[in-house]
Amino acid sequence: MIKKRLNIRMSGLGGQGAVTAAHVMAMAANRDGKFSISNPFFGAEKRMAPAESYCRIGIERIYDRGELVFPDVIQVFHPQVITMGKSYTMPFYSGIKEGGVVIINSDVPLLSEEDVDRLKDLNVAVFYIPGTQIAIEIAGTELSTNMTMIGSVAGITKCVSMEALDGALQERFGKKFVASGGTASLDEAIKKKFAKKEMLLAKNLATVKRAYEIASEWGEKNKVELRIGNPAVAVS
Amino acid sequence: MAEIKSVIGTQNKKGQTYTDPWKLLHEAPRTPSFFTGSEVIKEAIRRASCDVMIAYPITPQSEAAALIGELFAEGYVGDYFRGESEFAVMSQCAGASFGGARVFTTTAGPGTMRAMENFPMWAGARLPIQMIVTCRGINSPLSIQPDTLEIAYLLNTGMLVWHAETAQDFFDWILKGYIVSEEPDVHLPLALCCDGFFVTHTKDVVNLTPTDMCLPPYDPYRSPVPCMDMECPPVRMMRDPFVMKSNYISYATHASWQQEIWAAVERSRKHTIHWLNGLIDTENTDADIVIVASGTAVSQGREAIRMLEDEGVRCGLVKVKALRPWPEEEIREATKNAKHIFVPEFNVTGWLAKEIRASIPNPHRVHAGPHVCGGMTMPPEIIVSEIKTALGMKTFSLAGRGS
Repeated sequence: MIKKRLNIRMSGLGGQGAVTAAHVMAMAANRDGKFSISNPFFGAEKRMAPAESYCRIGIERIYDRGELVFPDVIQVFHPQVITMGKSYTMPFYSGIKEGGVVIINSDVPLLSEEDVDRLKDLNVAVFYIPGTQIAIEIAGTELSTNMTMIGSVAGITKCVSMEALDGALQERFGKKFVASGGTASLDEAIKKKFAKKEMLLAKNLATVKRAYEIASEWGEKNKVELRIGNPAVAVS
Repeated sequence: MAEIKSVIGTQNKKGQTYTDPWKLLHEAPRTPSFFTGSEVIKEAIRRASCDVMIAYPITPQSEAAALIGELFAEGYVGDYFRGESEFAVMSQCAGASFGGARVFTTTAGPGTMRAMENFPMWAGARLPIQMIVTCRGINSPLSIQPDTLEIAYLLNTGMLVWHAETAQDFFDWILKGYIVSEEPDVHLPLALCCDGFFVTHTKDVVNLTPTDMCLPPYDPYRSPVPCMDMECPPVRMMRDPFVMKSNYISYATHASWQQEIWAAVERSRKHTIHWLNGLIDTENTDADIVIVASGTAVSQGREAIRMLEDEGVRCGLVKVKALRPWPEEEIREATKNAKHIFVPEFNVTGWLAKEIRASIPNPHRVHAGPHVCGGMTMPPEIIVSEIKTALGMKTFSLAGRGS
């Protein structure tokens, strides 16, 4: 399916970097010459509480903002979004568009039979990726889980290039970044996990790449086609 | 007589060149940057020659307030400190402005409400303070999400009130706001509002002017009234307050001063039209259906108009930029052809629809809605659905979140 706009909803928990992931995706899309907007939605900032962010990428100017009610892609950053209902809605996939994709960070299946059937009816593909394990293996910290989420959505939809993601990561983590107190302390926490800032960038990029490869392979194998472009001139 | 020299063309201590405001905003080169709204507020203040910024944390303006603290550390803001509460902050802003400083502050939701007593005082004392209002829910149960109800409370304070749609509006209007509100025939505070999160926390492309160019500093001698000191004539507010004297003169003085504040709001009209290129923007207002909105509701309206076009329904748009001064004539003119006027709003009471109904002939044409409130998002699909329902067109039921 070729779409003028790809709407990505990232459902995570406070502290996982869902907000940062959406910002990095939008920054990368902007570098690729596409139109993009990202924004978060959360309550009082606290760890493990539901936190969502949204990234819209398209070929024409985007005005729409706020919570993404009708997404093409839903990413679940943490199993508790599903198992403990830490989502702004139940079920977590409500509003997903036909032909969409659900990406779940888990090494075991989490969906009930009913969920599987409902998503099947909507022709929604479900991709499980052990994102936290990959983050620990490659970057040495579960704090890089959000990098596997960035890599997996980029791998399946090709909505941003790896080159642009590299640039966006350097822009985000390569210089001093001032946000809220909570974000600043998380930035400090992740920097302490790496000996040098260059190491942080390199390992996070490697984590993105690994997830990109796994997701890309899965997308090809399962013939999941969700691309951004002009449907009027799209070649099937 | 000493020669009067203009500061234009000279440099401040950071090496920024004081630039003619019109040239700065209309002719200086622009660089596209991908920033959050909070970062854009910081970048505007970097170029605004602000003397004092006073901060108090409240979501969603805390990031912007913290970022301006960074600017102070870099030397771009004269003084910066945190007040004890929003009420204290707005009182301290008054003090700084009385002292002749260009003052900036930011607040949101319950903070705006807590500080409310100060706003008519600012207007009455003719202090051209600029306050960013990043709107959020104000009622209990608590919400930190966008809701524009607090703007309704600001409309009758005597402040100028503008409602930005995007971070680009913010960048330009912060700078233009100082120019308009510091005009001697205006000299009033400005509440520059946006919908929190949708602007402050959203990353979007914004075209910025060069960092080495800035506004000329505030000149307190352009104030049309002497500083209203607590103790000194001509207005000894504490020693000779009008309220203490129950006689005709005291009432008449107070009444005429209120009239003068609103006359000053009226006089800001010509400057606002000049600097904002009109109090409203219009698109395709020859259509039978017109959406009239302010803030983020304009953006959602633009998306709805695209969707309606795909279905062969033509719809015009009026973006209300200034709420005070109120663009009554402009809205009347822009809606004269409209059979249906839709007013989508991010609040429960529909204050914008009420203002519009009071301004136009045949006000039954106004459909107040759709409304979302308490921090809900307004998907363009619900605007489309509202319009199609009113036109008697078929709509499918929206399966949104929670269904």
